[in-house]
Amino acid sequence: MNRRDFGRWTLAGAALAARPVWAADWAATQAAAKGQTLYFHAWGGDPKINDFIGFLGKTALDRYGVTVNHVMLAATSDAVARVLAEQAAGQKTGGAVDLIWINGENFAAMKAKGLLYGPFATDLPNWPLVDAKGKPATTTDFTLPTMGYESPWAMAQLVFEHDSAKLATPPRSIAALKDWAAANPGRFTYPQPPDYLGVTFLKQALYALLPDTTILQSPVDDGYDGSVAPLWTYLDALHPHLWRKARAFPANEPALGQLLADGETLISFAFNPGRASAEIAAGNLVASVRTFVLDGGTIGNASFVAIPFNAQTAGAQVVANLILDPELQARAQDPAVLGFQTVLNLAALTAPDRARFDALHLGVATLSPADLGPTLLEPHASWMTKVAEDWTQRYGVAP
Amino acid sequence: MTLAGHLLRATPRLVPAFLLLPILAGLTGTLTTALQTPGVSAFSQLAHWPGLIPAMRLSVSTGAISTAAALLLTLLITATFSSPAFTLLRRLLAPLIALPHAAAAIGLAFLIAPSGWIARALSPWATSWTAPPDLLTLHDPHGIALTLGLIAKELPFLLLMTIAALPQCDAPRRLHTAAAMGYGRITAFWLTTLPALYPHLRLPTLAVLAYAMTNVDIATVLGPTLPPTLAVQITLWMTDPSLTQRSLASAAALLQLALTAAAILGWLGLERLAARLRHAVTLRGLRLTRLDRPLHAFTAASAILLCATLLTGLISLALWSVAGLWPFPDTLPQSLTLTAWSSAAPALSATTLTTLIIATTATAAALILTLASLQAEHLFALPPTALPWLYLPLILPQICFLPGVANLFLTAHATGGLISVTLSHLIFVLPYVALTLTAPFRSWEPRLATIAASLGASPASIFWRLRLPMLLAPILTAAAVGLAVSVGQYLPTLLIGGGRVTTLTTEALALSSGGSRRLTGAFALLQTLLPAMGFALALSLPRLIFANRKAMVAT
Repeated sequence: MNRRDFGRWTLAGAALAARPVWAADWAATQAAAKGQTLYFHAWGGDPKINDFIGFLGKTALDRYGVTVNHVMLAATSDAVARVLAEQAAGQKTGGAVDLIWINGENFAAMKAKGLLYGPFATDLPNWPLVDAKGKPATTTDFTLPTMGYESPWAMAQLVFEHDSAKLATPPRSIAALKDWAAANPGRFTYPQPPDYLGVTFLKQALYALLPDTTILQSPVDDGYDGSVAPLWTYLDALHPHLWRKARAFPANEPALGQLLADGETLISFAFNPGRASAEIAAGNLVASVRTFVLDGGTIGNASFVAIPFNAQTAGAQVVANLILDPELQARAQDPAVLGFQTVLNLAALTAPDRARFDALHLGVATLSPADLGPTLLEPHASWMTKVAEDWTQRYGVAP
Repeated sequence: MTLAGHLLRATPRLVPAFLLLPILAGLTGTLTTALQTPGVSAFSQLAHWPGLIPAMRLSVSTGAISTAAALLLTLLITATFSSPAFTLLRRLLAPLIALPHAAAAIGLAFLIAPSGWIARALSPWATSWTAPPDLLTLHDPHGIALTLGLIAKELPFLLLMTIAALPQCDAPRRLHTAAAMGYGRITAFWLTTLPALYPHLRLPTLAVLAYAMTNVDIATVLGPTLPPTLAVQITLWMTDPSLTQRSLASAAALLQLALTAAAILGWLGLERLAARLRHAVTLRGLRLTRLDRPLHAFTAASAILLCATLLTGLISLALWSVAGLWPFPDTLPQSLTLTAWSSAAPALSATTLTTLIIATTATAAALILTLASLQAEHLFALPPTALPWLYLPLILPQICFLPGVANLFLTAHATGGLISVTLSHLIFVLPYVALTLTAPFRSWEPRLATIAASLGASPASIFWRLRLPMLLAPILTAAAVGLAVSVGQYLPTLLIGGGRVTTLTTEALALSSGGSRRLTGAFALLQTLLPAMGFALALSLPRLIFANRKAMVAT
């Protein structure tokens, strides 16, 4: 049994041990939550997400008497910094952040600095519905076991996007992508690392280029320089054919998406399999855009909610549990609403709840769950940091 | 002396102290963060960043060149424009200044991008482009697009400062005298009016220089990315999710501070050189009448180009706010939609009200504090040593000291409320208000006061009944600037407000971080509207009130 499995094992044990007291505890939590006014800090850059959080808040008020105010962030780290400042100032209750949409580095940072309340996730009444086995990313956040300190609410997976009217058969591997870029100079790029989507592209390339990809699940070690070398060889060959000959890069996912919309690039990518369909529906992308994945699978992860140490924990847990409700999960998966993939195990649902998911239409550009192919686990966070650092050293100054 | 008198006497010292406290707390926070690094020191980490030298070079070159160009154009416009042209320009000024920096940059970017409006208008019929060309017109490594954007955004501000100061300079008589002696229009302005005008413009120019070197909004949209300017890189490090780059960001912030200070010293040196050149020209009696025609043509062309660029950018934002699908190379959107406006609508009334309450309170407080300080300085003949400290927030990159300020508010358990946010805005509104008001206040003709006193008026009634009404134009301008500064504050509102105080700008930035041009366009217009109304009032009210006092209004 390796360390990660051990972590999951003990987590399951803890959940089992807690089971008998659930009902009574949860009634108390609900009672304490009633009348609380929560501040849910979540990225506010997408009106569709904002509308969904608005619906969540309305449902929380109707069902549990919990008021949810959405604090729209431009960057999640702003809220992390706020909690950090409160900790430094010794504010132990009544913090500004009651619930936060989080994953990856932000979660690792908050957990490492003791900024989180928990463990709570595995004690939520809806937790047994979560597909922790089939979707390991729901309990492993960038290889860091969540240990119940954050509760998953949506799955994301890397998918590539192309305009099928201008490019009928896109390249389906990292190697083929390079050849295509050489034949079509200036029509592909990726967000500038350390942007997370840019680094995700590099990690996807690592999966294709490393002879032994299992090392990605452990922290980087002494052999790093040797093992990562194929990535630099690949990028050295790819960069001359990129958009603007790699003398400039888009800043982030929205900027990358804008390049596809403006016709500057022909192949793009996103961390949301439903993005292209939603953007077509919103009139931001031409209707001929389609999505595809690479042979062998693409990187996937989960979005979570976490509760800071000085939050109103009762109300926050009620809301975290509510997001796992099959009704809300099905709503989030509806491409007309959000198009996010559910974290639930459909087999564990009751027939009426399962029917909610069966009734959904995926959207013109969205791949079916079967076509999405296998999900590759996020590498250990140290790979992200190290690769981004080295990228800046190598390519951070335009020639 | 009464209690009020003592209080008034103390204001010039109390006000800067009140401002310096949070800033020093913030800087101390930055310094300690820079020094407390586990392992490698933040400064040696900074030295190993390969982009360090190019990023510093970029900050200085784009900042200094854009400031010099904007100032030069402002002066040329003031010197050469006939009064109808000047009036037209003044009318355009309000929306141009009120346009938020980020929105102006986004508008400009959409114009000059290879897939932008200019390329679309010419494609495919003139260019035969069916796909956007792969040209580096934005984010170019030398920062040319950034420099142009900065000039376009700084010129209106400097022009506004000039318009506010000009009535104090007795320009018409100076120019007439020089013209009578055969000097060309530009030479006459340079040799006779500029020496009286420039002292009013020195601080605004330095503020522009500091802003140009440290701004993040424009540099993110238009500036290079490999590497970005130092200020942008500091923000990237400061907001890095792992929280491990904060000491690096703090070290870079201290470097940025030194760089800005050095640039300001360099600028003051250049001023001396320019003064020597002026002396040389004066002593030789050069009339330089031949300069007028080509320079006038150049100025007119540049002014028209810059105004047209900003206005077209604003129009493109307005169009984007209602655009449906708009792919390359279509010159106009294929359809129109109101989705952006309808999603912005719910936020509108409450958010606009909050924004307005904060902005007017902060601006009113700033006006009162500035006027009290200036009046105290004047009444008690205090040396003008305290006020310059007010400008510290203008030359410090916000991101360098704001986290520290937020900590101070937190320690005092004063976060999350309107009052705290208003106080934090005051830190940035006060310097701009003082900046706009100080020179006109000090250069008010003192003989008027002497005459009034000889007629038996008390110092208080001279202040209220003579000085204030005569300074109405600069006071209103200062109020409009203060309003615009407050409306534009993002980081202070977010950090001090803990996300619980929502203004148009926090809403706009959160929404436009999703990259939707439609929402960016809608909110940019909304963000422009409030300050634009302020500026329109500031520029038109004096003309109404002083309709029968022609000399009170700048021409």
